[in-house]
Amino acid sequence: MKMTGSQILVECLKKEGVKTLFAYPGGVNLPIFDVLYDQKDINVVLCRHEQGGGHMAEGYARVTGKAGVVLVTSGPGATNTVTAIADAAMDSTPMIILTGQVPTQMIGNDAFQEADMVGITRPCTKYNILVKDVNDLAQAVKEAFYIATSGRPGPVLIDLPKDVVLAKAAFNYPESVYIRSYSPNFKGNKWQVKQAVQEILKAKKPVLYAGGGVLASDASKELRELAETAHIPVTNTLMGLGGFPGTHPLFLGMLGMHGTYSANMAIHNSDLIIAVGARFDDRVTGRVKDFAPNARIIHIDIDPTSIHKVITANIPIVGEAKTILKDLNQYLSASGNGVSGKCKPWHEQIAAWKKERPLSYDQGDETIKPQYVIDKIYEATRGEAIVATDVGQHQMWAAQFYKFDRPRTFLTSGGLGTMGYGLPAAIGAQMAAPEKMVFCIAGDGGIVMNIQELTTAVQYKLPIKIAIINNRYLGMVRQWQQLFYDKRYSSSFIGEQPNFVKLAEAFGLTGLLASKVGEVEPVLQEALSIKGPVLIDFRVDEEENCYPMVPAGAAINEMVFADPVGPRPAAEIQKAKKAGGILTA
Amino acid sequence: MQHIVSVLVENKFGALSRISGLFSGRGFNIESLSVGPTLDPDVSTMTIVTEGDDRIIEQITKQLNKLVDVIKVVDLTEQEYVERETALIKINTRSEDRAEALRIVDIFRARIIDSTPNTYTIEITGDVKRIDAIINLLRPLGIKNLIRTGRIAIARGEGRNASVRDIPERRSVSR
Repeated sequence: MKMTGSQILVECLKKEGVKTLFAYPGGVNLPIFDVLYDQKDINVVLCRHEQGGGHMAEGYARVTGKAGVVLVTSGPGATNTVTAIADAAMDSTPMIILTGQVPTQMIGNDAFQEADMVGITRPCTKYNILVKDVNDLAQAVKEAFYIATSGRPGPVLIDLPKDVVLAKAAFNYPESVYIRSYSPNFKGNKWQVKQAVQEILKAKKPVLYAGGGVLASDASKELRELAETAHIPVTNTLMGLGGFPGTHPLFLGMLGMHGTYSANMAIHNSDLIIAVGARFDDRVTGRVKDFAPNARIIHIDIDPTSIHKVITANIPIVGEAKTILKDLNQYLSASGNGVSGKCKPWHEQIAAWKKERPLSYDQGDETIKPQYVIDKIYEATRGEAIVATDVGQHQMWAAQFYKFDRPRTFLTSGGLGTMGYGLPAAIGAQMAAPEKMVFCIAGDGGIVMNIQELTTAVQYKLPIKIAIINNRYLGMVRQWQQLFYDKRYSSSFIGEQPNFVKLAEAFGLTGLLASKVGEVEPVLQEALSIKGPVLIDFRVDEEENCYPMVPAGAAINEMVFADPVGPRPAAEIQKAKKAGGILTA
Repeated sequence: MQHIVSVLVENKFGALSRISGLFSGRGFNIESLSVGPTLDPDVSTMTIVTEGDDRIIEQITKQLNKLVDVIKVVDLTEQEYVERETALIKINTRSEDRAEALRIVDIFRARIIDSTPNTYTIEITGDVKRIDAIINLLRPLGIKNLIRTGRIAIARGEGRNASVRDIPERRSVSR
């Protein structure tokens, strides 16, 4: 029996197990929406802006590990997803973007709502394809899901001209897929793994540096086993948080630009770094030439291009984190791991660093400190919430002060740094995990970038809680201007803002306000007692800065811990300025 | 240092722009790029001449390999290889210059493939030095137009090539 392209597409999605589709209709994808109207297997979530839909799919993918799927129309509908696509590419999030396209015979004619999406998204997708023949559609969808979810995951875009989704063809969904030019490597080279074991046995100051690859390959258990059996301290990247329990005694916290003192010092002074599913991002390494000067480096990553890109690895192992960690654990236990004894001074040193400069803030009696809000959210949710953040100071404070014990509970835009990510990501997360508590922690700048999605939260009765850490500034921009631009707060003051409580009410949510320290806990309790979505406006200290901080261009052991004293930037910042010379974010 | 990289790609819509986009997007140099079909009509070979230190060349080959449409990448510079380039050169010829032009063509064992009262069109194939040399000699006569193919190269003898014969047999990979 022949089916239309639209029917074939929807059947393909069902075969791939897609339960939720984030979508927005328009001229050329109406045939697909018409098919969706009649079926019950796929829950169609109407976003209010296609960028929001894209981030929802990302949030959904981060929580489930499956590809998030977006369906949008041609032209502006499609171009609106580009930020989310670039975001997913940077953070290796599996995503399928189905874009409508003008009919094939009109492509290239500057038709109404035409945009060359395959051209526009070529550099920010893992793969993309324009389907020109309805007979190729099922194969294209099968390959798209395979590419998006295998190897290093990423976004795949399928461009669907209107005549293709209207044309008819026989539906044969391929059982399996083989792409001769694409074969991700899952198993690490055994010889290299054995070399790595030797290094681990020899090391006196080892540290595990674990990133998003641990979450992508579901390797938290294996990572924990390695850390515990070999007694190696662990630091997470921003994308890796939750991959190792945040309350574990071996955990050092996040590393990098706003990482903990103990994590950055441990990396800098280590003699062996075991990087697992991490890519030595510039926010992690600081000044590359002074990064971990005495360390040997084992680099485990599924993407060969990550290896030797920034830091030369002594032992590169290309493959999936999970299988390689399993092999490592197996060889280590076979060798009777005599590690812990000789590492005793190292663990004592780390304990001293932890004690010397723990993460801290000074909460007085009146003004709310932003870190205090995160602390209280952590307590009120007993550390069990899925937390989605926006980008900026509040994001770093969430990463520092919320202790993520479980994988896939921290959703944040790491690589691209996309403001406006948090709210839609939280919506996608709640769609994926209806029974879980979902918190969106946002700044007063980023929240308005996708504020329209409050409607989506209300329409689908999603009980998400949104905490706006409101300091009336683009806080991270202001912090940089304070430290590096002589407090010239050019365009970073955003005190002219909506009344967020009334705004929430206008959208149909409950809006709450906390402007004094004593109000924080009661307001959080009230929010959690309400079944539907709640937005809380936390009025916090306007000029609180995020520390520790490694100034751009400095090495990661050159941290700044407090505001510079006096009118001029402190000497240490000047020094970092000279050393790096790079002062743009 | 200059490297010649041979790339086997699926002959699909957009494959060329994926590769050229990779070079521009990541700031790699392309000195020349030439594309042509292989024995298998679904597959093309690209010969890319690029420049960079070892770290950059390693990134270039890895990033090329990462592209879904790329089947195989071989850095020919790591082995013995032969390279050729073809140039078509159209020169202005006044009557007193025509003999000189013919002498140069003869010395280089090039060929004249088109002749009009005022022009010669010369075809020459060889390595880059040879083509540069004839251009230098012809320049005083007045070069009207110059078209070069870019370099193509192949490994010597049994060396490693990006060849369609290296493509693995089609087999099924289930999910």
